[in-house]
Amino acid sequence: MSRPLKQIHLAAHFPGVNNTTVWSDPQAGSHIEFSSFAHLARTAERAKFDFLFLAEGLRLREQNGLIYDLDVVGRPDTFTVLAALAAVTERLGLAGTINSTFNEPYEVARQFASLDHLSGGRAAWNVVTSWDAFTGENFRRGGFLPQEQRYRRARNFLQTAGELFDSWHGDEIVANQATGDFLGEPDAGAFAHHDPDFDIAGRFNVPRSPQGRPVILQAGDSEEGREFAASSADAIFSRYATLTEGQAFYADVKGRLARYGRTHDELLILPAATFVLGDTDAEARDLAHQVRLQQVSGQTAIKFLEQLWNRDLSGYDPDGPLPEIDPDPGEHTIARGRASVRMYRDPVATARQWRERATAEKLSIRELIIEVTGRQTFTGAPATVADAINDLVQADASDGFILVPHVTPGGLDGFADTVVPLLQERGVFRTEYEGETLRDHLGLGAPRRTGEALRVAS
Amino acid sequence: MSDSGSSLHLAVALDGAGWHPAAWREPGARPTELLTPRYWSDLVIEAERGLLDFVTIDDSLGLQSSSRTESDRRTDQVRGRLDAVLVAARVAPLTSHIGLVPTVVVTHTEPFHIAKAIATLDYVSSGRAGVQVRVSARPDEAAHFGRRTLPRISLDDLSTPQAQELIGDLFAETADYVEAVRRLWDSWEDDAEIRDVATGRFVDRDKLHYVDFEGRWFNVKGPSITPRPPQGQPLVSALAHQSVPYRLVAGSADIGYVTPHDATQVREIVAEIRAGQAAAGRAGETVHILGDLVVFLDDSAPAAEARRARLDDLAGSPYVSDAPVFVGTPAQLADLLQEWHLAGLSGFRLRPGTIPHDLEQITRALVPELQRRQAFRTGYAAGTLRGLLGLTRPANRYAAV
Repeated sequence: MSRPLKQIHLAAHFPGVNNTTVWSDPQAGSHIEFSSFAHLARTAERAKFDFLFLAEGLRLREQNGLIYDLDVVGRPDTFTVLAALAAVTERLGLAGTINSTFNEPYEVARQFASLDHLSGGRAAWNVVTSWDAFTGENFRRGGFLPQEQRYRRARNFLQTAGELFDSWHGDEIVANQATGDFLGEPDAGAFAHHDPDFDIAGRFNVPRSPQGRPVILQAGDSEEGREFAASSADAIFSRYATLTEGQAFYADVKGRLARYGRTHDELLILPAATFVLGDTDAEARDLAHQVRLQQVSGQTAIKFLEQLWNRDLSGYDPDGPLPEIDPDPGEHTIARGRASVRMYRDPVATARQWRERATAEKLSIRELIIEVTGRQTFTGAPATVADAINDLVQADASDGFILVPHVTPGGLDGFADTVVPLLQERGVFRTEYEGETLRDHLGLGAPRRTGEALRVAS
Repeated sequence: MSDSGSSLHLAVALDGAGWHPAAWREPGARPTELLTPRYWSDLVIEAERGLLDFVTIDDSLGLQSSSRTESDRRTDQVRGRLDAVLVAARVAPLTSHIGLVPTVVVTHTEPFHIAKAIATLDYVSSGRAGVQVRVSARPDEAAHFGRRTLPRISLDDLSTPQAQELIGDLFAETADYVEAVRRLWDSWEDDAEIRDVATGRFVDRDKLHYVDFEGRWFNVKGPSITPRPPQGQPLVSALAHQSVPYRLVAGSADIGYVTPHDATQVREIVAEIRAGQAAAGRAGETVHILGDLVVFLDDSAPAAEARRARLDDLAGSPYVSDAPVFVGTPAQLADLLQEWHLAGLSGFRLRPGTIPHDLEQITRALVPELQRRQAFRTGYAAGTLRGLLGLTRPANRYAAV
């Protein structure tokens, strides 16, 4: 007897500051105006998605010492946009990346608790550790943390925030107008937390929110990141949207849960995924190729190459062969403020592989970059895409996907109108929201407390 | 002044169930809804119905307290609040004309974060954002961050050299903070986004600027990650009770809230701030000085007095405030506002003693009374908060002329 069909989770990622986002398309709108965010959120809610996700940036990226100008540049403040979106949606989860390096737990906890109140229980927090001294130049704290300290700070930050969320139990506000008791507990919100990163105490000033705390998302892929997710996250964003890689990642991370006393369904695996739809599979493939050409212009290809080579390659022809020279060794200095720099552990070896491949397949710089920087995750007619998504989920390569449209703000419209109804017909995606909160949508129970919160003896 | 004639500006300060500590016990109060979005949208929509210039939304980084230096263990007053910037953003899409001015505490927060948050509030409200900057001298709030310790200063010690030095430092840091935030708002020229398909460039990087703020308390490199907001510069405001904060208003703010108790004090405070403006090289800039008043309004003065007395009884002590407390009829309040307006105030920020009662007295009785006297607008004639306040959109300090 076969097991019942898994229900698919879907979320939408507002297209961000990277070359996936095609701004040159005539249909591309503003990446800043609220109407763009409202459009994508309403589409995601119409399609009964679990949540809308916003990434974050805290310093404009630079390359060769100059602000990077080929991709979308600039974005609004995450909390402020999410709070405004709570006014134009009713059920959609509202997820934002907030960095644990250039913030303090008390402030972030009160912002997320406030967002959870203001959205009726729809807040989610993608906890990330941060970058470097380059980003730190915008903050009082400044400075750089080595990787192991960044994760320690992130763990301690999340632990501390959890204690703040739990510092109110939810029954303190009695507001009895007759007796004059507003609080039933004189020390509501009392907390004290001491560790090497945070030594704080006092009273948290946002009472317990509808979800108790925001849903916790995590995106790291390192060993530390996987352990962090297994111990503390409700969902993990992964990069592995193919069957073999997805299944391996899924099994690995879910296998870590038992160690923390958690069950298989307490952590959802949600790879990021792109898509291109056409009336037929062939039309979609043609469209996908056009999109790749929009995403990787000749200039963009050279900039990508510079990030691996760690040197100025502006003299090279993007339609010509790869450089014969090797990457500059040592500290990476050419591109700052971007994640892709960290993807290549051994640049010299990677460069040799790229050269060999380009020679063997007769690829120009631009063609090679198009090949190695990824392709659309899902390409095809709506039925093809619906099947591909469902097959991956049923095969435990993921629990669903975070879809990244390549055009703002209408890039999700076609998916909502064509693919979602097919998934609903197959009985693997909701036709109506069943619960009120994001935890309800994700099938997560009530949050566990981070140990018993401090109650000061009176 | 660039705004027309004798029209005064009117704002309302929103906080909890109203400014009287027993306000939550009034029959119309909604004490169990203070943390809900519906409550806040209802209040701001009511203020917009009254054609007010803006609302402020109060905030702090500590739990409300009857003490100015620490949290208390009282259970008979409202405790708990939401982040004011998020509240303002939550109501922005539900309103269309009224200005939204949340409080932010500058002592423990990052100018980079606040600059993008208020710029974004300006985007989500289509040009209606401002901010009230607040200093925190409370040791318990500092302990929530653990990055600095502040000495406990009682009201009796305010004149000691140590207290004056601390206050001077906190306000000097605030002036630095506002300067950094203003530079970040200007760090993108208005036409920086070019989307030039021919060259593949999304922005013209020559129109993005490092702000390079370097001060005693922090440095900020810039540019902002958020493009210049619709108003160019959202409105910066601050509450001020004495000379040190008056200098902050004069040197850094667009709006100051002050607390004179009579027309003579109005003239003295306005003169001091105008002199400070001149000293700061801002004599030509419009700085609105609004009088702050806590108000208890009813159809008759005895009814208002009786209501206040009833609230004081419930609270267990007479209500006192940093601001003058007005108790009377909307017509009597209109008389006072016009007198102080003539003495030099641009307008007023009224703190309703109770919500919704005193808020509705402002929007449904005071405003019509002022309109009858041709002292207040009869419709919104501008789309932005700067427009309502008669301020033009400022040029970008970094733009090449």
